Amino acid sequence: MIGNIVKKEFKELFILSTILPIVVIAIVYGSVGQMIGNVGETIKEKPVIGIVDMDDGNFSVVAMSVLTEAAKVVYNGTDTEEGLQEVRKGNGVALLAIPENFSQNIYDNRPGEIEIYWIMKGAGMMDSISSGTVEGLVQSVNQEISKKLIQQDSSSDPALVLNPTTRVDTTFFKGKEIKGLSPSTLGNMLVSQSIVIPIVVMMLIIMAGASVISSMGLEKENKTLETLLTLPVRRSHIVIGKMVGSALVGMIMAAIYMIGFSRYMTSFQVADVSLADFGLALGMPDYLLIGISLFVALLAGLALCIVLGTFAKNYRSAQALVFPITALALISTFIVMFKDFDTIPAVLKVLVFAIPFSHPMMAIRALMLDNYWLVIGGIAYTAVFTVIMVGIAVRIFNSDRLLTGSVRKRAGLGRLGWGFRR
Amino acid sequence: MKAVEVRELVKDYGNFRAIKGVSFEVKEGEVFGLIGPNGAGKTTALRVIATLLQITSGSITVFGYELPKEAGEVRKIISYLPEEAGAYKNLTGKEYLNFIARFFGEGEKFHRIVEKGLEIANLGERINDKVDTYSKGMTRRLLVGRALMVNPRLAILDEPTTGLDVINAREVRRIINSAVEAGVAVLLSSHNMLEVELLCHRIALINDGRIIASGTAEELKKEYDARNIEEAFVKAIK
Repeated sequence: MIGNIVKKEFKELFILSTILPIVVIAIVYGSVGQMIGNVGETIKEKPVIGIVDMDDGNFSVVAMSVLTEAAKVVYNGTDTEEGLQEVRKGNGVALLAIPENFSQNIYDNRPGEIEIYWIMKGAGMMDSISSGTVEGLVQSVNQEISKKLIQQDSSSDPALVLNPTTRVDTTFFKGKEIKGLSPSTLGNMLVSQSIVIPIVVMMLIIMAGASVISSMGLEKENKTLETLLTLPVRRSHIVIGKMVGSALVGMIMAAIYMIGFSRYMTSFQVADVSLADFGLALGMPDYLLIGISLFVALLAGLALCIVLGTFAKNYRSAQALVFPITALALISTFIVMFKDFDTIPAVLKVLVFAIPFSHPMMAIRALMLDNYWLVIGGIAYTAVFTVIMVGIAVRIFNSDRLLTGSVRKRAGLGRLGWGFRR
Repeated sequence: MKAVEVRELVKDYGNFRAIKGVSFEVKEGEVFGLIGPNGAGKTTALRVIATLLQITSGSITVFGYELPKEAGEVRKIISYLPEEAGAYKNLTGKEYLNFIARFFGEGEKFHRIVEKGLEIANLGERINDKVDTYSKGMTRRLLVGRALMVNPRLAILDEPTTGLDVINAREVRRIINSAVEAGVAVLLSSHNMLEVELLCHRIALINDGRIIASGTAEELKKEYDARNIEEAFVKAIK
């Protein structure tokens, strides 16, 4: 008896429209993971660096020995500018400069400075892996010099023996020279400053998208759609009305969610660091652009949902159709959080750019780094995407498809006596 | 002027032909019934005239407006009641009537439309309850009220009394007759032969996408030497 019920339930639930979105999304996730690359491999790879040694003392020899063994050195000389050029050419992470009197300072009980010129490529969480490896190398240099100091018994200052070197960081990132910050610190600050927008966008799209798709499913399930379509109102007004109504519901739901989420995020905030101190502040025009980007992305998402909603046969099938939207929003959110747009492979760039929700997620970081073209281009693309989607939705609303569904399949069933209601 | 003029209407769903060259007319102030078994093409014909489906070939005019070119104008003068239609479950009956009335008028006109809807639906205090709590009969009365309150020139009613008990079905038929007395042309479909005989001035018998006979009930009974329309229909399809 139970087997009979299980069989019936399985047949009811395991249908193409339920399975297909999950299969497609599984493939997309798999491909995205493949394209982003393997974190383990990145960690194992030797970082590419350049070294400028202007000291040539005992301790700089120790440092050179550690660095050359653990890293791929593309420049080893005495000219910082030339070194930077070589590191850039070799797609390297940093140029480490050991200044004159490095060893002498340590012998004089003063920490030896290591100047690190970082070439930062992206501000995503995964983009700082290589710089993290170099930071580890610098730590190793520190330890080796400590050992040497202990062996030689050449210092009486325990603090210096434990930390004989200090770092002076300068980060070059997208045309900006940021003094005093390493890529990992800068990346963390940028991620923490720009994490809220992706979450807001994701929640807005998911909440509002679910509302509009469910609304289409309910119109069909409650048999109200036919009445609506025979009223003296333009199809485009029906589409826009549904979009705006769902946007309002979605915004209220997302706002409620964000109240809880912002309190959750506040609990993790350790220090109040201002990016403005490093020339990474946003002005009013920037906030305006973020607002526009968010608004057009919401419209684009809803227009896409309306098109998807036309495939809903009832409330249950509408729920399954929310899944692709959720997955697209999640893909955008994760890619934007973990990788920078500039550091992802070309195919993934196209995918991220094509998903309209990505643009407001990327906007804050892009505007901080004065990358206006990415933001304005994103807004233009999203607006065009919205217009096309609304056009498709209106076309579907004007066609038989909305009421009759898949013609070929139904025609076939018609011969079996299950076809169209004529 | 003719309320509806259908000429050689063909409607395909992909490679399936649902209507195979149907022609008929509905005059002003008359009730015209399309009767036939399930799957005969009644609902498809009504949906095409109600601007919901595209025409494959043939022509349709509604009070002189040509479909699909003037679909917007047609929607202003028709009212369509689909079979087993529903209303928005989270609205009250009155809110639903208000929602529909706003598409047809503002100010005083809006209030007149809603008042008429309330009168036709005749749901008393229950009109202020959510539609979700209504019985099938109450929902149907609300929907008939919705369809006729806007003073359409043509009411297209698909199986208007289907699923209703005798009392509710009689009430719906009474409402339709009142609307016709007020000058509304009605095009309805039914497979209830008794209802058709009671309501319709003229009838078309439709089977397998074709009209096989048409005329008044008396004419059809005479033509097929039948005691009632049901018998005439059975003889017609043989």
